[in-house]
Amino acid sequence: MSQFAINLIFVGASFALYIGIAIWARAGSTKEFYVAGGGVNPITNGMATAADWMSAASFISMAGLIAAGGYANSSFLMGWTGGYVLLAMLLAPYLRKFGKFTVPDFIGDRFYSTSARLVAVACLIIASVTYVIGQMTGAGVAFSRFLEVENDTGLLIAAVVVFMYAVMGGMKGITYTQVAQYVVLIIAYTIPAVFISLQLTGNPIPPLGLFSTHTESGMPLLQKLDEVVRELGFQDYTADVSNKLNMVLFTLSLMIGTAGLPHVIIRFFTVPKVADARWSAGWALVFIALLYLTAPAVASMARLNLLTTIYPAGPTAEAIHYDERPDWIRTWENTGLIRFNDKNGDGRIQMYNDVPAFQETAEARGWAGNELTVNNDILVLANPEIANLPGWVIGLIAAGGLAAALSTAAGLLLAISSAVSHDLIKGSINPNISDKGELLAARISMGVAIVVATWLGMNPPGFAAQVVALAFGIAAASIFPALMMGIFSKRVNSKGAIAGMLAGLISTVVYIFLYLGWFFIPGTATFANVEANWLFGISPLSFGAVGAMINFAVAFAVSAMTEEPPQEIQDLVESVRFPRGAGVATGH
Amino acid sequence: MVEHKKNAAAYWKANLKLIWISLAIWALVSYGFGILLRPFLSGIAVGGTDLGFWFAQQGSILTFIGLIFFYAWRMNKLDKEFGLDEE
Repeated sequence: MSQFAINLIFVGASFALYIGIAIWARAGSTKEFYVAGGGVNPITNGMATAADWMSAASFISMAGLIAAGGYANSSFLMGWTGGYVLLAMLLAPYLRKFGKFTVPDFIGDRFYSTSARLVAVACLIIASVTYVIGQMTGAGVAFSRFLEVENDTGLLIAAVVVFMYAVMGGMKGITYTQVAQYVVLIIAYTIPAVFISLQLTGNPIPPLGLFSTHTESGMPLLQKLDEVVRELGFQDYTADVSNKLNMVLFTLSLMIGTAGLPHVIIRFFTVPKVADARWSAGWALVFIALLYLTAPAVASMARLNLLTTIYPAGPTAEAIHYDERPDWIRTWENTGLIRFNDKNGDGRIQMYNDVPAFQETAEARGWAGNELTVNNDILVLANPEIANLPGWVIGLIAAGGLAAALSTAAGLLLAISSAVSHDLIKGSINPNISDKGELLAARISMGVAIVVATWLGMNPPGFAAQVVALAFGIAAASIFPALMMGIFSKRVNSKGAIAGMLAGLISTVVYIFLYLGWFFIPGTATFANVEANWLFGISPLSFGAVGAMINFAVAFAVSAMTEEPPQEIQDLVESVRFPRGAGVATGH
Repeated sequence: MVEHKKNAAAYWKANLKLIWISLAIWALVSYGFGILLRPFLSGIAVGGTDLGFWFAQQGSILTFIGLIFFYAWRMNKLDKEFGLDEE
């Protein structure tokens, strides 16, 4: 059977499963549509949260980023998991006790202000829409590589599938498809990793393999990798970083951003009790950790595999001949994600770190520049081919990548549509709308959101990678602090909260625009995006944490200068702190 | 009512204390061992590298899981002790 047929079977079967679930889990009321009826088991919700959270970025890009950056990119591992500690202790249980449908619901009620609610809606929509673009483009890449269809056709198929289960089932349909998608994506991620770990270290458990002995050389795997990359002029894989302030702030921004992402928070509104919300956060992290503990192993092993493919006799010996390159390099060259340019004309592939410090060594070896560029994003997708694994593993990876992208896209679309139908339409424009009318509005806004997301996926703004940073920055600097102060302080009032959210949002967005271009328009950046230009060495991607601190400081200062919140608001804060009397989530 | 208020205040204080302890550990394993203190831990070898690297890529994630389950277990018990749990 051809590889194309195998991929088609795996992707087709997984899609049939999602559609089957959609038909089974239709939503009949707004409560089912927004919070899946509020009766989801905490372990089930943990699994759905894991799929909701782990996007194309986690599945496709993260291992590639770590492979390229080594220790320095550990921030992604700590940042994207550490946020769950904050979520479990600072947000989820109290917001569950509050018992409403959306994140702006809480901000609007707690800060007794429609303006606060609208600021929250704006932050939510900007953060979620930017994030959804990345998912749709990720799905497009997976489709075009594995199913050999046009990128746009692939996107349309994906959109129709998401439309079916998200519009019909709302949160209820999304929850149960996310559970199925989690299973697909974790199997797809783990199986190739197990094979590769076995091949390289003899240990079938990848996280243990990472710290084991490299069978071929008899050295510890990481030492071997350090040695190979050093010979090619790269920095040691395990090398420490010098700009620790930036690494700390980047990690912190990812953590706070994770805890403040609305599509993750609303998943905790679906469990029956406050106690379940706490357990559920733990289960979510367990399911996430299965992938996040495997990712650094995949990263180091794939980097080593790639370099040994190119230098079969070691990095100081002759590189592989271009005509003898393995098939996977040929297939990925077609997508343009691998590029070869024979600069010294010897017909061989030299891949090394083309920096001034290494130039002398390179010239002595007869090299005239790095000849192979490999896009980080292909690492996980090409992993089974690099390790010569059977065709069905490749089919599995295709289904897994799509599951990761679609599950996150659905969660984001629900967060967007509920903000529109619940917070804008019912909350501000037409408070007297019936439950049936609101459900219809929710379905229509979901449909519109899918159309917009698909269109953006087909015409991706050239800055998809940067806007993901924007999504985290916004969540970290505006949403997280507002929620946390709403729970932990009775003194912060509406003026303080609004001023804080705006200060955090604007400072973060301006700092990002200064270096990445105003509204991401190329060529409009005020300063070149290099470390020497950064304020105190803080990169624009790390600024979310600073924005959050600005938000806290401004909110407390403004609140201290203005009146106390009314008594009923202080009572509301009191009530979210204690689990007794929670009941299921309601819209009233 | 006064009794209930005192009870509620003690419960909230216990929660805050638990959060402070948990977040101190949360920060220690990630920002501490994983990043800032890594040079001081470089003497402790772990599978071809040092302890700081292990904390940055595995140790902190495992600690986070432990922290959340510990917090959930402790708080759910406190809910009952203070009579503030959901029936």
